[in-house]
Amino acid sequence: MSNIIELKNVNKWFDKFQVLKDINLTVNQKEKIVVCGPSGSGKSTLIRCINRLEEHQEGNIVVDGNEISENTKDIEKIRAEVGMVFQQFNLFPHLSILDNCTLAPIWVKKMPKKQAEEIAMSNLKQVQIDDQALKFPGQLSGGQQQRAAIARALCMEPKIMLFDEPTSALDPEMIKEVLDVMVDLAKGGMTMIVVTHEMGFAKEVADNMIFMDEGRIVEKAKTKEFFDNPKSDRTKLFLSQIL
Amino acid sequence: MNLSNYRPSKDKISTYLPLGSFLIIISFLDILINTFFNLNITSFLSQKISYFFPLAIGFIGFYLIRIEFSGVKFLDKLNKNINSNNFNALLTLLILFIIIKSILPILNWFFFEANFVGNSKEDCTGNGACWVFVKVWFNRFMYGLYPDVEQWRVNAAFILLFGLVGIAFFVPQKIKKYFLIFLIFVYPFIGIKLLSGGSFGLTYVETAAWGGLSLTFIISAFAILFCFPIGVILALGRRSSLPAIRYISVGFIELWRGVPLITVLFMAAVMFPMFLPDGTFIDKLIRVLIAITLFEAAYMAEVVRGGLQALPKGQYEAAKSLGMGYWRMNALIILPQALKLVIPGIANTLLALVKDTPLIFVVGLMELAGMIGLAKTNPKWLGMAMEGYVFAGLVFWVICYAMSRYSQNLEKKLSTER
Amino acid sequence: MNFKQFISANKKPSILIPQAITVIALISVIIYFATNAQINMGNRGISFGFGFLNQEASFDIAFSLIEFDGSYSYGRAFLVGLLNTVLVSVIGIFFATIIGVIVGVSRLSDNYLIAKAAEWYVEIFRNIPLILQIFFWYFAALRALPSPENAINFYDISYLTIKGWYIPKFIWTNFNIFCYSIIAACISIYFFLKYAKKQREEFGRILPTVTISILILILFPLISFFLLGVSLSFSYPELKQLSATSYTYANGVSIIPELMALALALSMYTATFIAENVRAGVLGVGKGQKEAAASIGLNKGQILKLVVMPQALRIIIPPTTNQYLNLTKNSSLAAAIAYPDMVLVFAKTALMQTGRAIEIISITMLTYLSLSIAISLFMNWYNKKMAIKEK
Repeated sequence: MSNIIELKNVNKWFDKFQVLKDINLTVNQKEKIVVCGPSGSGKSTLIRCINRLEEHQEGNIVVDGNEISENTKDIEKIRAEVGMVFQQFNLFPHLSILDNCTLAPIWVKKMPKKQAEEIAMSNLKQVQIDDQALKFPGQLSGGQQQRAAIARALCMEPKIMLFDEPTSALDPEMIKEVLDVMVDLAKGGMTMIVVTHEMGFAKEVADNMIFMDEGRIVEKAKTKEFFDNPKSDRTKLFLSQIL
Repeated sequence: MNLSNYRPSKDKISTYLPLGSFLIIISFLDILINTFFNLNITSFLSQKISYFFPLAIGFIGFYLIRIEFSGVKFLDKLNKNINSNNFNALLTLLILFIIIKSILPILNWFFFEANFVGNSKEDCTGNGACWVFVKVWFNRFMYGLYPDVEQWRVNAAFILLFGLVGIAFFVPQKIKKYFLIFLIFVYPFIGIKLLSGGSFGLTYVETAAWGGLSLTFIISAFAILFCFPIGVILALGRRSSLPAIRYISVGFIELWRGVPLITVLFMAAVMFPMFLPDGTFIDKLIRVLIAITLFEAAYMAEVVRGGLQALPKGQYEAAKSLGMGYWRMNALIILPQALKLVIPGIANTLLALVKDTPLIFVVGLMELAGMIGLAKTNPKWLGMAMEGYVFAGLVFWVICYAMSRYSQNLEKKLSTER
Repeated sequence: MNFKQFISANKKPSILIPQAITVIALISVIIYFATNAQINMGNRGISFGFGFLNQEASFDIAFSLIEFDGSYSYGRAFLVGLLNTVLVSVIGIFFATIIGVIVGVSRLSDNYLIAKAAEWYVEIFRNIPLILQIFFWYFAALRALPSPENAINFYDISYLTIKGWYIPKFIWTNFNIFCYSIIAACISIYFFLKYAKKQREEFGRILPTVTISILILILFPLISFFLLGVSLSFSYPELKQLSATSYTYANGVSIIPELMALALALSMYTATFIAENVRAGVLGVGKGQKEAAASIGLNKGQILKLVVMPQALRIIIPPTTNQYLNLTKNSSLAAAIAYPDMVLVFAKTALMQTGRAIEIISITMLTYLSLSIAISLFMNWYNKKMAIKEK
């Protein structure tokens, strides 16, 4: 299977602080990767570089055959292929859930409104909040909002979905409903990179696990191998703390 | 030729940095020499090119030193703050050039060519500000037409006020209540007696003679003191469940808030005497004071109402369930919390009050702005408008800036406490 | 609830008595004032009434947008004052908004110098009382302008002097046709926007609405000029000698220094508050909103138009509308420098001449009050319509 994301020798600094050190990573189509590690290890920064919400200073990032750099024209086109789900949901509070989902298809893909709404309703149904379509984000619970955010990202029919700690801001009883949606998405064949602490989810869905610490990829292994037989000491320490 | 090879980058720092700095220095030198010595060092170029020369050279210089992550701490800080892209570099240059070109004439007028010594207009020989004017009239600006020999009474009244307020801050909680009651109910009479006299051996000074900055303070202090309780009562009235009281409060508040202060002052000075029985006379100053107090009270009422609304319903319910009546609930539970929530709003209203006081000169009360108006039309001192109003502007600015700073700090302190 | 329920709910003495006391007290105060007023006016030989509005005014007004001289009525004088108030308020609001937006956005700039300069602008012009700023511009800055024979010359069509700013007089033929063309342009733009929205929703075609709207706004008036007989000529101000040392400019229109000083001061003072509102509005839209919008592929312009501006405007507009109202009320300070606004013309001059304090001040206050209430109602309607719905 062809690789859809490739990072080669990527380095990034925030002022003088180096937050990504020598990152090398390949992601294949339909692959599910879970990135874990202590806070401040650069996990979020890593995936935010993939859709250029953050800029890397050294190295190459290639997404679906397009190189991402400061010279990239139409970064928006690349972003349309990469969906992102945020920790804080970031739904647009002044638009209904349905409008949140149809906004980009109408304005970026120039779809007729009816068609956009059909796609939106089918995605909202998939995440099981189609009955809330006409409500506003402020009227929904946290779990419902995050599922709506996932639907919004799916409406652009992306090839890749990035998740930045999607359940960290949720009350415990709502985490499951969001994870269930993500499991369904994975089973449907989506390429996913997920930054999370939910190891149960990781064991169920991930093909490969990545452990990051202090800006480096310390260990990358197939899931079973990662949990049963972690090679690095730091990985062992981290796993012992969260499992 | 690949242009990107010439872009500034870390490896070229040893050539680009000195070159860029040199160009920037030249551009500033050009402007400085032009401003201070009136010379044009690029006069050998055509006039248009010479005019834009510093801008162009400085722009190129900034471009050259825009090296990302150079490692030199000062350079990186500079680049991030004022040189992050071409547009910012241009704006930086423009602002700095404008400052340099305008600072000199301003400083000239204020200090270098100004006159500080003397007693009359003839002593103002320079082109700059005639501060002699302010010096000579200073007493009038501070005390208005209050007789010189009696001015100690004004000072006494203020020292007493500040003393009481200051002590009220530091005494223990139990005595604080008595201080506040004394301040609100007893001190005003003492203050007024001190200032107007007529008994206790003090000569009578009519209110028309009161003026200057001291009058501004008198009005502000009085209005601040009284608009606050009246505003609280109005706010409570507006939220009352009794319809008659609610409508009267709303009407009263919206009436005062919907009209300009000047019309209120005219009303107090000209219209209000019509409503009094023939022959009764209420001093103009008192009428104006009452008018300003009621005016500001309406704004204060809205601010307090915001606080009352922001308080969670649970507080009201808890107080009621403990069997507290309306007044006790408000005094002990609701108001202390609500007022704390809107301290910034209260401070803003008081600040606006101080800025509104100069208006009273339109009805003939000669506070600071009025005194300056009087002074500048004095035949011996014509043409001193600029000095007078700059002085007044500075005085008010210092007072208001201090107040706004204090309220900002207060807001910060309170928000971190939560 | 209906009347019966209202009565029964309010029957309890503890509820009825305080209200009764307050109402009775209020009514007694009003009666007391009214009686005194009647006696006082009777003593002075004036009777209460608004008939004086039809009397000849017998005073001149220095600046007026409509025809006025001493032979017109007090009622017309009131109108002149009102128009002058509206004029200076509109000019003030226009410039205050522009300056306020620029300063507000500058405060958020990542350029340290720009941000600091904007911060100092706000701190300086907010903390000096408006009346002093007006005085400074009127008595100090504008007095430094040259006399007419040495005027500051703008390309020979406009002259800035101590007596005023002389600009060409606009002489229209068929001005009404020109106005119709503008109205027609607005209506066309409205329908065009509706059409564009329909195109976008049904077919996904996105039309350049801004460009075309601007084109329409320019095209229609142009047509009125070339095809419909509208024409515009100018009467340029010319230097005229009045006496041995006094000159003026005739044949043009003069913008009096009072108007300039008032407009300048009002704009710069109110701009500080608008700047702070703009800043709060932009800051109030969380960073995550921009990131989420970017992540679904919207470009910078679309992010601004569809996500940031709608949310920012909801925060900016209510307090800014309040500032517009304050500006209009503050325009009454015109009385201090003799700009003939409603307060000066009516509540000062007319009052002094007729002595009818109660009627005049009531009319004046009522006018401002109606304006305030109108703006309040608009604000309530706007807030209800735009409120971001929550649980």
